[in-house]
Amino acid sequence: MTEFLNDWGISLMVFLPLVGAVLLAFVPAKDEESIKLVALVASLATAAVGVLLIWNFDFDAAQTLQYDVNTGWIDIVNARYHVALDGISLPLIALTLLVVPLVIIYSWNHIPAPGNPKVFLMLILVLHTGMLGSFVAQDLVLFFVFFEVVLLPMYFMIGVWGGEDRLYAAIKFFLYTLFGSALMLVSFLALYWSAGSTTFDMVELAQEVAARDISLTTQVLIFGGMFLGFGIKVPMFPFHTWLPDAHTQAPTQGSVILAAVLLKLGTYGFVRIAIPILPEAAVEWAPWIGLLSVIGIIYGALGCLAQTDMKRLIAFSSVAHMGYVMLGIATLTSFGINAAIFGMVAHGLITGMLFFIAGSIKDRYHTLEIKRLGGLLVQAPRMGWILGFCTMASLGLPGLAGFWGEFPAILAAYNPADGVSQTLFRVYMVIAAIGTVFAAGYLLWLLQRTAFGTPSEEFAEDPEITDMVATEWISWTPLLILIVVFGFVPGIIFGITNPAVIEGLQALSQGAR
Amino acid sequence: MSIFAAAAAETFQPSDWLFENVWIVPAIMAASFLYILFFGKTFPGKDRVHYVGLAAITVALGFSLATAFMWVTQYEDNQSHGSEASSAFVGEGIVSTVEADEKEESSGASGQGCLAEDNRVGSLQAAGEDEYALGTGLLTDSGELAVEAGEDGKGEGHIKAKSVVRCLEWFSTGSFGGDTAQGSDNLTFNIGTIADGQSIMMLVVVTFISFLVHLYSTEYVKGDRRYVHYYAFLSLFTASMLFMVLSSSTLQLIVGWELVGVCSFGLIGHWWEEKPNSDAALKAFLTNRVGDIGLLVGMIVLFFGAGQTFDIETINYLAVHDGLSQTTMTVAALCLMTAVMSKSGQFILHTWLPDAMAGPTPVSALIHAATMVVAGVYMIGRLYPVFWFGLTIPGSSLNALAFVGALTVVGGGALAFVQNDVKKVLAYSTVSQLGYMVLALGVGAWTAGMFHLFTHAFFKACLFLGAGALSHACHHSFDMKAEMGGLRKRMPVTFATFMVGTLALVGVFPFAGFWSKDEILVGTGGFPSTNANGNYTLLLIMGLIGAAMTAGYMTRVIWLVFFGEYRGHVDPHDPPAVMKYPLIALAGLSVITGFLNFPSDWFGGLGTRYGLKFEQWVEPGGGSTFPVIGHGDSNLALAVIASLVGIGSAAFVWNYYQKLYAKDPNATEVTDGLRSRNKAAAGGYALLENKYYLDHLYEGAIADGTKGPLARAAYWFNQNVLDEIVNTAGRTSTVLGRFIYRFIDQGAIDGSVNLSGRGASESGGLLRKVQSGRIRQYASLMFGAATVLAAVFIVAI
Repeated sequence: MTEFLNDWGISLMVFLPLVGAVLLAFVPAKDEESIKLVALVASLATAAVGVLLIWNFDFDAAQTLQYDVNTGWIDIVNARYHVALDGISLPLIALTLLVVPLVIIYSWNHIPAPGNPKVFLMLILVLHTGMLGSFVAQDLVLFFVFFEVVLLPMYFMIGVWGGEDRLYAAIKFFLYTLFGSALMLVSFLALYWSAGSTTFDMVELAQEVAARDISLTTQVLIFGGMFLGFGIKVPMFPFHTWLPDAHTQAPTQGSVILAAVLLKLGTYGFVRIAIPILPEAAVEWAPWIGLLSVIGIIYGALGCLAQTDMKRLIAFSSVAHMGYVMLGIATLTSFGINAAIFGMVAHGLITGMLFFIAGSIKDRYHTLEIKRLGGLLVQAPRMGWILGFCTMASLGLPGLAGFWGEFPAILAAYNPADGVSQTLFRVYMVIAAIGTVFAAGYLLWLLQRTAFGTPSEEFAEDPEITDMVATEWISWTPLLILIVVFGFVPGIIFGITNPAVIEGLQALSQGAR
Repeated sequence: MSIFAAAAAETFQPSDWLFENVWIVPAIMAASFLYILFFGKTFPGKDRVHYVGLAAITVALGFSLATAFMWVTQYEDNQSHGSEASSAFVGEGIVSTVEADEKEESSGASGQGCLAEDNRVGSLQAAGEDEYALGTGLLTDSGELAVEAGEDGKGEGHIKAKSVVRCLEWFSTGSFGGDTAQGSDNLTFNIGTIADGQSIMMLVVVTFISFLVHLYSTEYVKGDRRYVHYYAFLSLFTASMLFMVLSSSTLQLIVGWELVGVCSFGLIGHWWEEKPNSDAALKAFLTNRVGDIGLLVGMIVLFFGAGQTFDIETINYLAVHDGLSQTTMTVAALCLMTAVMSKSGQFILHTWLPDAMAGPTPVSALIHAATMVVAGVYMIGRLYPVFWFGLTIPGSSLNALAFVGALTVVGGGALAFVQNDVKKVLAYSTVSQLGYMVLALGVGAWTAGMFHLFTHAFFKACLFLGAGALSHACHHSFDMKAEMGGLRKRMPVTFATFMVGTLALVGVFPFAGFWSKDEILVGTGGFPSTNANGNYTLLLIMGLIGAAMTAGYMTRVIWLVFFGEYRGHVDPHDPPAVMKYPLIALAGLSVITGFLNFPSDWFGGLGTRYGLKFEQWVEPGGGSTFPVIGHGDSNLALAVIASLVGIGSAAFVWNYYQKLYAKDPNATEVTDGLRSRNKAAAGGYALLENKYYLDHLYEGAIADGTKGPLARAAYWFNQNVLDEIVNTAGRTSTVLGRFIYRFIDQGAIDGSVNLSGRGASESGGLLRKVQSGRIRQYASLMFGAATVLAAVFIVAI
């Protein structure tokens, strides 16, 4: 069993959803129940393999790459099929494994117009493979391929099942991200050439870069390319303008996956690739990343305050929240990066939940215009309370998951790594702390305008507005429980990520000393 | 080292199962919350869900009282058995505490926080070589004071109790590369409890008031639309407050602090259908968030200053032993002060507190008078060494903390005069009394501040619940002018208890407030021969003005509510028993609690035997994790002056209303008074009526400014600059692409063939395509730019 997992476990997990998608192709489009069932079974089977992997994961050695599979792939460019799991990947893999089945359950009675669940669910499953693959790839070319695999299904999800302005949003999303990945690819190639043209392997590249005397300018430029590629995906100010459009137009399922997992591909790239391979350049870039992060925190919050659409508001809040994550990363300390990974998971759970709620409100009210909403607590009290709970979690209330992404990141900014300006980061710290007030402001204001008060005349007698239904309970409860559990026992995530984060920063600390 | 050793109090290590397991108290309330949350709606007869809350709070109260009793007993035992009981004598410094720890290693309790002793020594040494140097003025000051305290015979002979700390590892995570207090790659964070005089005192106060409020609410909130929700929040609030009070680390304190804030949000907005209520809830939460910036930053500064630890005892220990730099302590103290200003309603962040009266009245009594709002005061008391040294409290005559407190005493008191809502008067009175507590801590009178917190909890809860009884009787109104008047005969029990509460609040001998307020005034050291820690004369005067104001506005309330003619339209009666008995209990305590800390030189032998018990039980021994502080000498003249000021002010107001009554029995204010004749008086009144225009500033200028223009500007920038850059660049490159295609590709190669074939209509069509063809714009922009950047890379490498 263990041997099988070691050799095939990760590959099985990554490609099972794809198998599911292929199987779906053979199910007649009319038979919606079977389609949903096949999709759900595929995602659950994937999750089961994932659970087995996590169960057998050696948490005492979370810094080592486990279930390591490394075979030849495209020999001509020395690209290898190298997949493995370590403490940095594991929380994000677990998040993905959790979110996708929940999204499929939610789709049971929430297939967006124009219907066609068959293709819709196939796309989700393809997306699933791409996301899982990105988090386990240990080879740059392989990573790039998975990274791109993610793009297309999401493009179609937004473009076909999206809102009124879906085409514009979909193309904007696609090209923006493609632009970033083009630069990323250029950086990868530059890295390949300058590190001896022998390998695309992440670990080996880090060693090559450390061993060779590559000029700092080159490193900084290569980092810059990655920065744009990953930064657009995060998204960091000022490359975020695709996000509000994509989120607003995307169907609920798309928004949830986008917020919960896709955005993390960017931050994951920084933690997994950019910083370990190019630590010296990271030190040079850190003040700028920090600056854009804190601008994003305040700017995103102001953007939220200006919104009249609930979904767009939540989308903008992602800009602010990912600012905290990036601030943690920019400190280049293991404390900060641990906080960042925690922040990624917490944001995935909480913002994913908020998008779920927004979707369900839209289903009932057929609008998300904040002005027209109100009195949700009267008409759908349970959903109203869950919305209140999620806004509290999102504004970083201690005792819930959001806090452990936010406060430790602020704390870390007090004392960044050697070589990074302390004074500057202390200024960032204060700005980030001020950002928490704004976060409370826009979230509670949203809560007040949507949940409190009494329903407007327009909706007061609307029979369509009901409280939670079964699929909503099933798909939301796990997220809600995890938000509380991680809030009280943050050690679950910190304990897993820490060894791997320290390992990733080794090049940095050796260089600095 | 020698001066500290000489001045440090003799200590003993209390130990009891109860002290190590105080976590049970918040755990009970948390369990009650969870039970009500999940099963409240299906509880047999959901209007009886209060049984769950009541049962839980009763057990919690019993546990707290038992703990307090055990604490007091152990203390007294150690005094009578004298020196042989003092096994762990801290005077020798660190070495002996290490021994003490070894003696009780089995229990896991340690008098010195959660970190091992040797690590603390390590971080002390890392903090600098001159760790015990006595050259600085600060140390000498407190050293001398300590000697004085020893000389005046008060600090002597008492063997102080050490705190009982118990921790568990909460989580561990990465580090900052440098040397940590724990000396490893990981930082470990603990969660735990501190049982000492201060926290046990708070346990008793919180559970007791909460118990009465639970009881009182069964009648007051009966039949409410959200009865279950109400009791769930009461339990959660009590649990959070207890969790915060028992915190052994600042991180845990932050968690409790915010949880308390959320409960407050939920309870203020209890009737959220009406917008003013949810506005008030939002305002409370957001104002507290502003203060929380200071809390977060201050705790972060302390975290790094103390060698990367959140452990409260370690921070205090380092502060006392010169292990924290002066800058660290000053910055931290000032940041934390902001947090206190918002949580404990100090000027200028107090504005949320009166609005918070939108919640149900029992909640106002529990949260916004007796417990949550004192969280800030408690936090200062908990981290007192940081404030003591950081703000240079001893030997000085003014500091930020004390000044903010004094300003709040006066500013809040003045606002209480112009309110017509009895609850609002009490709210501003709370602001003012919290000012006294902060003032006391600011001038170094730690015990006086804590004692005032203690007594205030009882008499203010008494007054608030009394106000609830009034509203219960008077058609759910709190308007003193429109709905009340002459109620003393119709509601005799309410009148009597309210009167006792008022006397205690005003500080009339021998009611509780008299003793605590007198100690604060003594503690300022502004009065001759009081020998306190500094010479805060200005603040003494402000404190006296505050006393006069308190007497004045409370006389006004008493007159408007209980005297004159009844102006309402219903037939008010005393409340039923479950509301009446809490009032009576609180009134009783408002009389007697003051005697817990009467000066030791009063009442002859009685004073030496039973005086200053509160100080002995609650104040930690100085020298280890608490600064060696002096206690002022009580002064009869000052007590008399303070009383006369109060009585004079009350008499003046009384006289005003008596004259008014003689003219017109139904009048509530003079219509042709000073305000109509004097512009300055009218202006002053308008200033007060508009609450110093602070709300206009916060809501009108800052909040609306951010929500409105600033947010819109940012969004405009987003849509019209950032996005437009992308769009324009796309458009330009499309045009460029067309140009190249048309004139170079097609023009040069194909051009000769059909150059003349192009008509005007075709160009028009092209133009339209340019405008609508966003797809191509993006594509060409993105790939164009990518190509350019790729070229840059290739050239650069």
